[in-house]
Amino acid sequence: MPNTEHSDVLEERIGQWREYLRRRQAIHAVDIAELEDHLREQVASLIDAGLDADEAFLVAVKRIGALDALSREFAHEYSERLWKQLVLTPDAEEPRATARTDALVAFGLAITAAILVKLPALFGLDMDAEAAFYARNVSLFVFPLLAGYFVWKRHLGTSVVRWLALAFVVAGVIVNVYPFAAGGSTEGLAALHLPIALWLVVGIAYAGERWREVGGRMDFIRFSGELFIYYVLIALGGGVLVAFMAMIFQAIGMDIEPFFESWLLPCGAVGAVVIASWLVEAKQSVIENMAPVLTRLFTPLFAAVLVTFLGTMLLTGRAIDIDRDVLIAFDLLLVIVLGLLLYSVSARDPQSPPGFFDVLQIVLVVSALLADVVALWAIAARISEFGFTPNRVAALGENVILLVNLAWSAVLYVRFMRGHGSFGSLEKWQTDYVPVYAVWAAIVVIVFPPLFAFA
Amino acid sequence: MEINKDLIAASSTPIVLAILAEEDSYGYAILQRVRELSGGRLEWTDGMLYPVLHRLGRLGYVEARWEIADSGRRRKYYRITALGRAQLDEQRTQWQAVDATLRGIWQMTALKPGILNAVPLTQGA
Repeated sequence: MPNTEHSDVLEERIGQWREYLRRRQAIHAVDIAELEDHLREQVASLIDAGLDADEAFLVAVKRIGALDALSREFAHEYSERLWKQLVLTPDAEEPRATARTDALVAFGLAITAAILVKLPALFGLDMDAEAAFYARNVSLFVFPLLAGYFVWKRHLGTSVVRWLALAFVVAGVIVNVYPFAAGGSTEGLAALHLPIALWLVVGIAYAGERWREVGGRMDFIRFSGELFIYYVLIALGGGVLVAFMAMIFQAIGMDIEPFFESWLLPCGAVGAVVIASWLVEAKQSVIENMAPVLTRLFTPLFAAVLVTFLGTMLLTGRAIDIDRDVLIAFDLLLVIVLGLLLYSVSARDPQSPPGFFDVLQIVLVVSALLADVVALWAIAARISEFGFTPNRVAALGENVILLVNLAWSAVLYVRFMRGHGSFGSLEKWQTDYVPVYAVWAAIVVIVFPPLFAFA
Repeated sequence: MEINKDLIAASSTPIVLAILAEEDSYGYAILQRVRELSGGRLEWTDGMLYPVLHRLGRLGYVEARWEIADSGRRRKYYRITALGRAQLDEQRTQWQAVDATLRGIWQMTALKPGILNAVPLTQGA
């Protein structure tokens, strides 16, 4: 008869076996439970027959057969399981209830956001006439709710919640109390930069206690990328829905454009942020992340374009034609390159040795830096001629911040390639740098308007 | 004696359905019953029974439910459905036809020993 020590060892072994099975995509938790029941029954009968626990376990496992073959059979039977389904696979029956509450809360918050965005209209703030008000406040309609969702999900303490709430309140007061000149560029800048600053607040709620860790911030970066992709997908779906709606209502002589413009578009646009966030949260363990896949696809292409651009510039001797938007264009270029770098860093196994893709990555970053330096050089030469408008200062500041981020990343990357540094230090640099963007955005929102007399 | 894999695969459906037609059962007990009925000649790889059971479930021949067994563990029981019984009848007819044919052949070959070893070309020679 098995004594307690024996059964402890047996439990441990069964636990290991279960873990091993769990890694197989085609075999779900319920199936593992069924197989485990079988294994235990077999072990018990073998022990009854006189084997000791160890032997019984080995024989029972052997009788179940090769797990590869079994997993193949399951995959054959459930081919859909290899397409990691989001909706169909609650892991065991226990988290099913939490998944449902989660969905309910997310939809509730999405509807709240939709109501919030329509609320000002009740007080006479028409969406067409007061477009500037909506532009300044758009992030405030949805980010507090999103932060609230994560506060609820992560069970954040009241002290954190107080800080988050304070940040939103301060933001709300500033953008609505400042006496912006109508149509001025500081107002446009504030509207553009507030979401960036507040996204950090959402990030603090997202990462919760892990905000101080590299891993926590990296998760937030991953989340942001996936959210963006989901949001675009939802927007595309929404576009199809609207086109279809317009078509069939046209058939009965009705024009949906007023309804679309004042209801469907604003409510859908804010609600979709919450829904997309919830989807990313729900599926993070289920589906492979898309952002790294797209990164892999586009890194070589962008690298090729940039190298060709630099080569052409060198060969033809053409200078960068400085006009109003060139700085913005190079800011966007750096943002894209940073995104490509960020999402390949986020998906890279830090342990794996440097490879060809890393070389491509460095080529991409270095060529983007070179192109940007050339542009900055051209602009610096003529900056006095252009004058320091708020738009130009903001764009220049962003360019410098991006340049510093990418330049030091390139240094760390090269060090890693040459075996002088770890990949972890690159990750740490990237995640540590995230708040810098938010702080700069906050400066643009808070300091720029008074500095430039709200022009 | 080892029975060919294809034969095992082909016979698994009627065997499992027939065992479930006796009474509701679960994986381990079904395997025990198979051993018993075949006198130990049919050796299934235990794990492979489960994909078979799940396939029968998908086809609607059996239904599954979770119960708490005497051991206190959760156990998945299978029950044959009306569709499953119909399928079992169908399979029985098919297997009987195969069996009858084979029986005839075995009898014939028993009467004329060596026929199975005969070279097929003798006909034309």
